[in-house]
Amino acid sequence: MESAAKLSSGNLERRSLKDRLFKGIVILLSMVTISPIVLIIYKLIEKGIRQISFDFILKTPPDTFQAMTAVSNGEIIPGGIANGITGTLLMVSLASVMAIPVGVVTGIYLYENPGKPLANLTRNISDILQGVPSIVLGLIAYIWVVKPITSGYSALAGSVSLAIMMLPMIVRSTEETLKMIPQSIKEAALALGVPYYKVILRVLIPTGFSGLLTGILLGISRILGETAPLMLTALGSSVINLDITKPTSAVPLLIWEFYNDPNMVDLIWSSSLLLMAMVLGLNLLSKSIAARTK
Amino acid sequence: MNDNTVKIKDPVLSIRNLSVAYEQGKYAVNDVSADIKRNSVTAIMGPSGCGKSTLLRAINRMHELYENIETKGTLILNGKDITDMPTIQLRRMAGMVFQRPNPFPTMSIYDNVVAGYKLNGIRMKRSERDDVVERSLRDVTLWDEVKDNLHKKGTFLSGGQQQRLCIARALAFDPEVILLDEPTSALDPVATAKIEDLLVKLKENYSILMVTHNMAQAARISDYSMFMYLGELVEYDKTKDMFTKPKDRRTEEYLTGKFG
Repeated sequence: MESAAKLSSGNLERRSLKDRLFKGIVILLSMVTISPIVLIIYKLIEKGIRQISFDFILKTPPDTFQAMTAVSNGEIIPGGIANGITGTLLMVSLASVMAIPVGVVTGIYLYENPGKPLANLTRNISDILQGVPSIVLGLIAYIWVVKPITSGYSALAGSVSLAIMMLPMIVRSTEETLKMIPQSIKEAALALGVPYYKVILRVLIPTGFSGLLTGILLGISRILGETAPLMLTALGSSVINLDITKPTSAVPLLIWEFYNDPNMVDLIWSSSLLLMAMVLGLNLLSKSIAARTK
Repeated sequence: MNDNTVKIKDPVLSIRNLSVAYEQGKYAVNDVSADIKRNSVTAIMGPSGCGKSTLLRAINRMHELYENIETKGTLILNGKDITDMPTIQLRRMAGMVFQRPNPFPTMSIYDNVVAGYKLNGIRMKRSERDDVVERSLRDVTLWDEVKDNLHKKGTFLSGGQQQRLCIARALAFDPEVILLDEPTSALDPVATAKIEDLLVKLKENYSILMVTHNMAQAARISDYSMFMYLGELVEYDKTKDMFTKPKDRRTEEYLTGKFG
């Protein structure tokens, strides 16, 4: 009897030890997961915060000579990335205007016709589109827009490539969101004699609105930092440009340009910090919207 | 109409030779004919898969949501042939309440009651709308419980209250007939009892047709009962008569719990 009790208590100790060990591993691995983002943010703030000011948001970048003088005098580099911010906002808005309606309508179509061949085809193609390298989308926009339409690099071409990137994400999130709405809500509306299109517009979309918005915000935050397709389409511009047929800058494009100019290195960090803040802000916003409606 | 079907004078709804097939040749409802009495509760009973829900949904044509549906027969509601009427018009004349309470989650209690008007873009004066809301909520004995919270979301209510809200929503259009599809199967006994009392009260002004899998419920509140089996209307009689002396052997076996 005694030995049996001893054995089981030893067993218990071993088990609780295992349990604690396992818990420790889980916590450790979670730390590993979150450490890159913490380190990134820390580095960006450490190196970039110095440059952040109103000028940084309101002015265009300095020329090489100005930057060189400032650096050699130990001052902060004058000027800012206003052309990049306006360009990014312009192209992301334009891309959203193109991708959101098409994506939402396609998502509704997929939700309404789950088994139809055309719907399956659309869904699969949309999934494939999501995997197309962004530089290829840039090439396509170059062939479709830069050459025939704007006969030169343009914000329009940039937004087309971004819109194609964003489209599959919106299609998928719309479909998934609508799928989560109970069928009974749809039936309730139909049983009131509400025409089908109104059921979708006035019942299903409002019911799934936060889900749709979350998908859209995540789509936007995904294209916000895209660089490769813009190199082939929007090219970049040293001045603020709001004409969609003209070459336009963007924050990630500027980061690339700063990287290529040894005098502007400090601006890389502040621009990255700003870009990161925008992406992070959108992510947090979409998370809070999703949480509020659960 | 066969011999096991009760004759009703001046019916609110006449179902004639109604057949519904989900697949060709496979009838979920097979040649059903019946008249539904005005200002009374009529229960449709039967084992799972007997076609009772399909019969109910065929009346406001909600069954058309499924693809490849094949429907034959005639429906006359208050003297009007509704067989080929646009569903939008038909569904305002035949209100429906579902198994699970399904208030619109984005709408307040107030907006849920007048959802039929709002979603259909029917304009009305504010005072008229207030009247519809108050009348409908009083009809379902929910008014006193919610009158101070009309602008809160309908989904904050308890399950039983939500279901009464859904009945109010169906009543707001002042329908000719109310179709209920097992309206208490998702509710607790107290909420169920409230809904049952309510239905008995509502029949003063409305004609009620309800599907139930609960025989005791049919016995408690219905005036007439239908028993369906394998898509066929086996027997249709006054509830009292059916429960005391069923004419068909299958009805008797079902009522005595031999199958179901």
